[in-house]
Amino acid sequence: MTMDPSAELDAVDHIQQTRDSYSQLGYDSYRWAHEPEPSAFVRPTKPLAESKVALIASGGVYHQGQVAFHHKDDTSHRRIPTTASIKDLRTSHFAYDMTSARVDPNVVFPLDALRSMEQSGTIGSLTTHALTFMGGIYSQRRLKDDLLPALTDEIAAMEPDVVLLVPV
Amino acid sequence: MCHQSVGLIARHLESLGYPTTSLSSSWFITASANPPRAAFLDYPLGHTAGRPNDLQEQIQVTTAALGLIETATRPGQITPLPQVWPTEWKTKARELSDKRTERHDTPQYERPTDEIATTQSL
Repeated sequence: MTMDPSAELDAVDHIQQTRDSYSQLGYDSYRWAHEPEPSAFVRPTKPLAESKVALIASGGVYHQGQVAFHHKDDTSHRRIPTTASIKDLRTSHFAYDMTSARVDPNVVFPLDALRSMEQSGTIGSLTTHALTFMGGIYSQRRLKDDLLPALTDEIAAMEPDVVLLVPV
Repeated sequence: MCHQSVGLIARHLESLGYPTTSLSSSWFITASANPPRAAFLDYPLGHTAGRPNDLQEQIQVTTAALGLIETATRPGQITPLPQVWPTEWKTKARELSDKRTERHDTPQYERPTDEIATTQSL
């Protein structure tokens, strides 16, 4: 069970907000994914300091030279070399304010942080590529049929010990 | 929506045998999508890994998320992080307005020069 954070944290409720905003616009309410069953829970086989880490981020990050994301149920992904220079990274997304991300893509794609952690020995290494997509995919079916198998194949090929996911 | 997609991907990868951990700036969407492990940073959307040009904070946040791989004891736990956004932002974030931009079906480049650069391959 997840504790109810509302009392202490005062977190913004994006589910209720979307519901209210759609209803105001006269749209049908969006059916959010609700997964009441506990997920699988895999214990790590080695310490973090020896682990190879893969980064998957949903903020629409692409590398200069790659085709940008389009915004209508785009289920494609990009492979970003983990040696990439931050100044060559761009963002393309329709559902969040990209002002900060365009100043410093690390806010939605913490590549510099991961490279620092690799240097300091907090993590063992990084996979050769990070994976990015444009997470504003309304259709869970398209996510499951298109994006999920593609990301799974990429992850399997890179054989990480740990996967870090960063949504927006 | 992003938080939902990421939650579903994390659950799937974990089911295939990869230990996963997530950052989150949306407690309720993450709680509903129910990924194996998540660290909650109570910041405005668009800053899931910290504030711009603050590498030390980004390292703290990323380290906390990855640390859950070693410290989390059960699936579905969301761990709140201690960082506090320096100004009041939730009043505006709670205003009802459609903040999305138009959903084009052609690539939307950040800069016009990016489109020209697509001829080179990575």
